[in-house]
Parts: sequence; structure tokens; C-alpha cells
Amino acid sequence: MQRKSVSYSKYGYIFSLPFVAAFAVFAAWPLIYTVIIGFTDLRGIGKVAFHFLANPFDNFKTIIENPSFQKSLYTTALIWIMNFIPQIVLGFLLAAWFTNRRLNIKGQGAYKILIYMPNIITAASIAILFNVLFGYPMGPVNDILQSLGLTSGPENFTLMKWNARSVVAFIQFWMWYGNTMIVLIAGILGINPSLFESAEIDGASSVQTFFRITLPSVRTILLFTLVTSLIGGMQMFDIPKLYLLGGPDQATQTAAVFIYNQAFSGSYLYNRAAAASMILFIIIAILSSIVFYILRDKDAIRLNKQRKALIKNAKLRARLAEEGASI
Amino acid sequence: MRGNTVLRNSATKIVIYAVCIFLALLSIFPFWVMFMNATRGTFEIQQHAVTVVPSSHLMDNLRILLGKSFNPLTGFINSLIISCGVTLCTVYFSSLTAYGLVAYSWKLRQPFFTFIMAVLMLPAQVSIIGFYQFMYRIHLTNTFWPLILPAIASPAVVFFMRQYLLGALSLDIVDSARIDGAGEFHTFNRIVLPIMEPALATQAIFSFVFSWNNLFVPLILLTDNKKYTMPIMVSLLRGDIYRTEYGAVYLGLALTVLPLFVFYFLLSRYIISGVALGALKE
Repeated sequence: MQRKSVSYSKYGYIFSLPFVAAFAVFAAWPLIYTVIIGFTDLRGIGKVAFHFLANPFDNFKTIIENPSFQKSLYTTALIWIMNFIPQIVLGFLLAAWFTNRRLNIKGQGAYKILIYMPNIITAASIAILFNVLFGYPMGPVNDILQSLGLTSGPENFTLMKWNARSVVAFIQFWMWYGNTMIVLIAGILGINPSLFESAEIDGASSVQTFFRITLPSVRTILLFTLVTSLIGGMQMFDIPKLYLLGGPDQATQTAAVFIYNQAFSGSYLYNRAAAASMILFIIIAILSSIVFYILRDKDAIRLNKQRKALIKNAKLRARLAEEGASI
Repeated sequence: MRGNTVLRNSATKIVIYAVCIFLALLSIFPFWVMFMNATRGTFEIQQHAVTVVPSSHLMDNLRILLGKSFNPLTGFINSLIISCGVTLCTVYFSSLTAYGLVAYSWKLRQPFFTFIMAVLMLPAQVSIIGFYQFMYRIHLTNTFWPLILPAIASPAVVFFMRQYLLGALSLDIVDSARIDGAGEFHTFNRIVLPIMEPALATQAIFSFVFSWNNLFVPLILLTDNKKYTMPIMVSLLRGDIYRTEYGAVYLGLALTVLPLFVFYFLLSRYIISGVALGALKE
């Protein structure tokens, strides 16, 4: 019985196996399958058999030229921007107030709990709730506007394109700014307090402190918030789907709603929907890389380059010295 | 000079408190209207849609609501089964994978971790067509499996658990368990999992809520109304059958929101600190 040491490395593989298997079956294969379907004639309810098209890119061509798809991409981008800018501004403002020790805001716990609350509620319920709140002729919003004398008669909000988009963007904003605020508060509280103290001693104003210390220090968290919001926003479905079913006149039909409608409501064009999904995937990938590239940590990259150059230099010198010695 | 600063400071504070109170009310108001109108008749709602006091039509609304296709109890039970399954799969298998990444040195460890980082932000919805067609082929549509099993591979949770383990687990404990003759799985289940309890609780809450609120995938996979989840039940309220029954629609919404309200106000402290913790682990 010789048993000096047991190798445990096989357990690394065993413990990772369920993850790898589930990922392969439920994420990787469906993604590959979607790509394949994009090149086929697969359509019609209950159909699974398909043939590859003679012109492989036909579906992609049809989808790119489809005005509804183009409009849905524009709508998605528009609604995301309309929700994200106020979300990040208000999130930052509240985070700056709540972490400011000179202001010492009371009741922060209660505010945080209430402001974060909409994030936890089912988006489907919220979309339908807003649909009845903006109801015509006598929804609560119309009721309030008339009681305050802001409008003379009831307004049919559901027929106005910009109103519909604004409400979808508002719901998205309202559900997510609390989350952004808490994430930013955590980031700001993680900054070394001595940085703020020395800024105070140097007589920096709160605005200067914010732009010179707070903002650069939370860059990673900001990047993370931006990218997750972007990826989530490009796939926005529940609220535009249920608030006004993508209407009026496709004004709230986002790309995900478009894909759903192509494949699952009436027309069963699985091949076109797959092609549209892949185009959306490519757009998300490009946008995320652009964000990563713009917000990358330039100082860290420069330092890294300098370090590499130094090492290279040292190696070169060592080799030269060696060669010199050999001569 | 000093008095001026104090004055300006307190003016700023008044503005800040006003904004915070306004935002807090903005969070409550839609739900307040919803709960009040759930107790009011459609006629009352059409007279005046906003009120501070409840009325007496709760039971009438309930009768109208349940008389049609809306079945909150079925939705509740189905959602509960799926969300519990998802939560268990997510936290157990993500911890297992994270432990495999932290405790053992194996050849593919670094490439595997790089892979997890690469798929961390993979948008899930874009592969829905392939997912649906695949599940349809193997006859798993209208079952809960395709909604539960994918949770075994949750890259973001693995990443979170790994970061937690790196800080909380000392490999000496694992070694001493080995000397005592414990098997590797036994060590993981009995020693490592209890150490990870705070991280497990946080991730369990979020995966439960995420699964509970999910509409997109269940809406596509479940067509049998006995299998409907809560969000699919909610989407029925948008249909024509409830067009003029405002009281019933408000009540239906209230019934779907109420469980989440209870859940949230019981656990809000953990949820808020969980969100903050998630930010710092990145």
C-alpha cells in the first residue's frame, strides 16, 4: 500500500461537469441551432423539418430590408436612451446625496427600500397596471390631470406615439434607477475616505470632489451598469409587449417584440425570427465592445505597456550583455 | 458669513428631502391606486379613478375575475414550483462549480474561468428560436424542465460565488476534513456550503425573484393553461375579455403583486445589501 499523495485534480473536472453539460445543452446548442435556422426555410406551426436555402442569406436580406425591423431597432435604441440618461443622472445625484457626510440625510434606509421596490415587482404586472392607469376616458392619470386643471377633457394617451414611448421609457427608468442608485452608493462607499479628507483639506468644492475623485473611482462600476443596462435594454420585451402590445402604429414595438411576433403570433416565421435574433446579437456585441473600449482604464493600460517595455528592455540588455561576454 | 452657509445648507437639505419624499411617493402611488381600485366597482372607478379610501366591491370583483380564464392559485403554484427548482439548481450547482474552480488545481481551470467570464453577459433571449425548436423536438414544451434545468449553468452566479469563496474559504479546513477521511462531496456539502451561507442566501433571493418575474421564455414554452405561470396569468388581464372590467383587472394585478410585496418587505434589508454586494464583487 503505497499512497504518498492523492491527486485531487480530477474533482475540478467532476465539480464543473454539471455546469458544462447544462451550458452545452441549454445555451450553446440553442444558439448554434438558431444560427442554423436562420439559413433555412423553417416556418409554419408545429414544423421541425427544414431545408437549407439555395441563397443562404435570403432571410437576413429580407429582415434587414424589412421596414418594421428597422423601425423596431430604432425604437429599442430610442427607448433605452430615454430611460438610461435620467436613470444614471438621478442615480448618481441620489448616491452623491446619500453618501455626503456633511448633509447627513436621515431616513436613508426607508428611502432606499421604497425607491428600489418597483425593481422587484413583476414587469408584466407593472406594464398592465400602467395600461389601466393611463386608461381612456377615465383612468387615474386623466382623473388627476383634470382635477388639477392641466387638461380640459380626457386625453387618449394610448393613441399618441411619443406619449406611448415616453411611458415605456418611464416605466423602465422607474423600475431601475433604484438599482443603479444602490450600486453607485456601494461604489462610492468603497472609495478610500482619505481621498475625500485630503480633497476637503485642499479646499475642493463638492462639485470638484465629485468630478475629480468620485467619478473616476467608480468607473468600473459605471462600466458594469452601462453594459448590463445596454444588454438588458436591447432585449426589452415585457413592458412594450404588454403596455400597448407594441402599438400605436408600432411606436413601442422593440426588437424583441418584433422577433416574438415573427415567430409566435400568427405567422410562425421561425427562420426570419432566427435571422433577426442573430442581427440583434451582433448589434449587442458591437455596442458592448464599443462601451468597453471607450470606458477602458487608460491609465492601467499605459502602466501595463510601460511595465512590458521595461521588461523587454531589461531582457534585451541582458541578452546584449551575454552576447558581449561571449564575444 | 457662517450664518449664510448654514442657511444655504438647510435650504439644500429641504430640497433634498422634498425630492426623496416625492420619489418615495412615486414608488408607492401606482400600487396604492391598484390596491384601492381592487376594492371598488367599475362604475365607481369610472366616476373617479383615484381615491384614498377602499370601497366594498372586493368580492364582486373577485367573482368577475375568477369567472373568466384567470386562475391566480394555479399560476401561484406553478410559479412556486419553477422558482424553487430554479433557486435550488442555481445556488447548489453554481457553488459546486465555484468550489471546483477555487479548491482544486487542474489543467483547464484557468481556461474554464476565462470561458465563464466570456459568457457572463451572453444575451439569453437571442437564442430563443433555437431553444424553442429544440425543446419542441424533444417534447419538453408544456413541461417545467426547460424552465428549471438551464439554471444549473448560471455564469454570473458562479462568478459571484467564486469571488466569495476566494475570501471566505481557507483550504486548511478542507485539508483537515480530508485527513479525517471525509470524501470530497461530503466535504463540499457539509463544510463548504455552510461557510457560503450568506452568499447562498443573497443569490437565492435574486434567482427566485428573477425566475418568478420571467415572462418571455414561459410565454413561448407553455401553451397549456394548467401550466401557466403568474406572469402569463397577468398577461391574460390585457386581453379583450376584461376590457371593461376595471375593478377585476385591478384585483387581478393586486393578487399578483401582493406575494411579492410581502416577500420584499420581509427581506428588504437583505435585498438592498445584496444589490450593493453584487456591485462590489465585480
